[in-house]
Amino acid sequence: MQLTVWTYEGPPHVGAMRIATAMRGVHYVLHAPQGDTYADLLFTMIERRGERPPVTYTTFQARDLGGDTAELFKDAVRDAHTRFAPQAMIVGASCTAELIQDDPAGLAKAIDLPIPVIPLDLPSYQKKESWGAAETFFQLVKTLAPRPETPQARPPLEGRRPLCNILGPTALGFHHRDDLIEIRRLLETLGVDVNVVAPLSATPADLRRLPHADFNVVLYPETADTAARWLERSHGQPAVRTVPLGIGGTRDFIAEIARVSGVDPKLALTDGASHLPWWSRSVDSNYLTGKRVFVFGEANRAIAAARVASEELGFEVVGLGAYNREFAREVRAAAEIYGVTPLITDDYLAVERAVAELQPELVLGTQMERHISKRLKIACAVISAPSHVQDYPARYSPQLGFEGANVLFDTWVHPLAMGLEEHLLTMFREDFEFNDAAGLSHLGHGAAPPPPAPSPTIETVPAAISWTQEAKAELAKIPFFVRGKASRNTEQFAVQRGIALIDLETLYDARSHFAR
Amino acid sequence: MRHLLLNRADGAAQAQPSRADLGGVSPRPLRIHKVRGQREVFCGLTGIIWLHRKMQDAFFLVVGSRTCAHLIQSAAGVMVFAEPRFATAIMEERDLAGMADANEELDRVVDELMARRPDIKLLFLVGSCPSEVIKLDLSRAAQRLSLKYAPDLKIVNYSGSGIETTFTQGEDACLAALVAQAPEEAPGAAPSLLVVGALPDIVEDQFRRLFAQLGIPKVDFFPPRRSGEIAAIGPNTRVLLAQPFLGDTAQKLAARGALRLSAPFPFGAEGTTAWLKAAADAWRIPAPHFTRVVESGRVRAKRALESSREILKGKRIFFFPDSQLEPSLARFVTQELGMTAIEVGTPYLNRDLAGPELDQLDPETRIVEGQDVDLQLDRCRAAKPDLIVCGLGLANPLEAEGFTTKWSIELVFSPVHGFDQAGDLAALFARPLVRQARLKV
Repeated sequence: MQLTVWTYEGPPHVGAMRIATAMRGVHYVLHAPQGDTYADLLFTMIERRGERPPVTYTTFQARDLGGDTAELFKDAVRDAHTRFAPQAMIVGASCTAELIQDDPAGLAKAIDLPIPVIPLDLPSYQKKESWGAAETFFQLVKTLAPRPETPQARPPLEGRRPLCNILGPTALGFHHRDDLIEIRRLLETLGVDVNVVAPLSATPADLRRLPHADFNVVLYPETADTAARWLERSHGQPAVRTVPLGIGGTRDFIAEIARVSGVDPKLALTDGASHLPWWSRSVDSNYLTGKRVFVFGEANRAIAAARVASEELGFEVVGLGAYNREFAREVRAAAEIYGVTPLITDDYLAVERAVAELQPELVLGTQMERHISKRLKIACAVISAPSHVQDYPARYSPQLGFEGANVLFDTWVHPLAMGLEEHLLTMFREDFEFNDAAGLSHLGHGAAPPPPAPSPTIETVPAAISWTQEAKAELAKIPFFVRGKASRNTEQFAVQRGIALIDLETLYDARSHFAR
Repeated sequence: MRHLLLNRADGAAQAQPSRADLGGVSPRPLRIHKVRGQREVFCGLTGIIWLHRKMQDAFFLVVGSRTCAHLIQSAAGVMVFAEPRFATAIMEERDLAGMADANEELDRVVDELMARRPDIKLLFLVGSCPSEVIKLDLSRAAQRLSLKYAPDLKIVNYSGSGIETTFTQGEDACLAALVAQAPEEAPGAAPSLLVVGALPDIVEDQFRRLFAQLGIPKVDFFPPRRSGEIAAIGPNTRVLLAQPFLGDTAQKLAARGALRLSAPFPFGAEGTTAWLKAAADAWRIPAPHFTRVVESGRVRAKRALESSREILKGKRIFFFPDSQLEPSLARFVTQELGMTAIEVGTPYLNRDLAGPELDQLDPETRIVEGQDVDLQLDRCRAAKPDLIVCGLGLANPLEAEGFTTKWSIELVFSPVHGFDQAGDLAALFARPLVRQARLKV
């Protein structure tokens, strides 16, 4: 058992729903009790979808358990087929139905519908949402685009435009709608045609056409990697795996496409494709230098975001982690680059402790970290799922590609104190209208909370250490966004030197000691 | 009480005579359709979202799966609260495979939780679908842990599982379990009034003032705001339910000797008047005094309904099942706002508790207990109602089809009881239509 306040991922059948809901012509019959129907609102409310997810829940009740829940399931499959006339169906069990062991796969097979019926085996007590999405997509691809008996040769690339599939965008994806527009545009510039985008908006018939493409673009590895690896093995399609996040990521993505397809990368590498490089080089951005950031989220996205933070905004990455263990190896390798300890956990409380301890100036995380940051009074921008209604904006706001890089610059820099403001706050700390307790001027009145009190849960300093009134007053003059860090450093400095009472001298000695 | 309802002074008084007034024989009996099929409703765990705010020193620990944790988090609008007083003990493969003793694991999780939240005085162990299916005995766990943590912490269990409870039935199960924690009423105690059902604090305060003015000396609310304030219960306790979905709680209270006062529920000017009257009658409050006390609130409520009534009068409404409040709300919107109810779906119908409301519905109204969501959607589309009350999973899809909807969860999550919320309650129904009329996009 795991004590969980908030969870980063839903159960694996919610991952399957994200695939079914993304596609057209697919219906999902889920053996599940009534409460599991809550999952519909993820799509209809958070993502504002105008259609119900194509899911039939059997909604068995306690009184059915003694009777025939299997018959209930078979009826649901038959009714769903009649009513929704899907091209293909997926069937499976949620966590409760898994326990009653009705064997949806066998039952569905016995009905012998005239369409492909794909059984899903999603172990609810071991696996989670992203895995469920990846597995579901893989099973659909494997069934609908089976390995050919004899290898099919694709026509040579010479004298024609290369053809690719874009794999990974799902329903309830983090900015997937706009990423797709951005990546399609980029491929068009490079002279690459798109064969199929899947699962988003694809039909089962489209999945059958997947093997026609020369290669696959794995836009979101957490959902598409399993299928892409299988397509590589079974249909000889190479995969482009670079996540085109930020300028560097997008350039590498373009280079990888050029390598796989033989197109000229220069077509898409023109100057001025993104504002980020100049925005970051302009003197105004000097104050971003060395800002300490903590990065946490979906593994692939967190790794890519750490690179943008470090190389493109000049931040210092002080923490890096992910909640999905499937890509733990990659996260560990990336953490090594920044010399930080990788944090691979789905325990929200462990992430909260790490943030509290590291006292970063900015957190790049998920909606969970936004919550943690609010509590610890640290600036935060959301870079990854799990997402909330505000992560589905009306405006065009991709995360990927060159336009995505512009969006990243704006959304990551916005929560921070601006350059000159930061100085003014430091210089005139006692101004009654303009001080750190009043909040950052561009974030509206009272947006920023009062200065943080160090959380008792993270207190590692022995109670024997105390501050003189004078030193305490001086500490209060340090702007709130570095005060927690300064306080911790000074106490640590005092402990190391056996100083029990921190006075002004200790404060400034510590400051010079920790000065970079 | 029914008499009172039929003697209203306003124009809407020409409602159907109630069955009671015709000697229990209705001229055209209400058609109640029982339906089984696919449901689109929440499970009882959802009640934790408001219960954990109501009882400020209580904590709700769901013993369940990742789905349970995800449900509460999603239904709660994803983390709106800084520090929730609920969590999930997520069962894992090793708990099911018997590699770990589920009881030992649960004890460990409770220890971990109490170390983090030593301020908690009442812990609910909440059963879920998976914990029920594997027959994890949470009542024994509660007993075991109670001994360990006595006297600082009380531990109570109930089931919010979706195989047994629908949405608001979770509150019923929770309160029914809490009844056992109530002390025994002293022998020969003076009669006391117990108002049952989690109400917003402001509503509770309003009712408290009204009962005091009526001259009912001892009034308690259940659940209380703090776990140490649970009222004593016994034969001199008179129970007034504030919510129609509290059947099990009512039974548990009856078993303790408490007497339930039958009444419509306090929605709108009429519902609230009748509800207060039930209490007043039990205390033999003279009619003139009752009228004097309630009149100003009642007049205020009626005035507050007027603007919404202008918008809603003559409009046709269709209720999908959600909270069991549906018959009461249908009574309110038809009787006090002049709407016509085409269909009133409810996940479960307690005929005893909902009787006074059902009596006042138009016999033409189709009352549906249970659900087959696809068929119900077909009926709804065919009926083309002006307003559809439905859950979050259905609202946007119906809006996209061109219907106007009111998502029902808001009717459970906002202060809607009593005279001074009557206008707000009416406005919840009117707002979607007002919005529809305003928008030119």
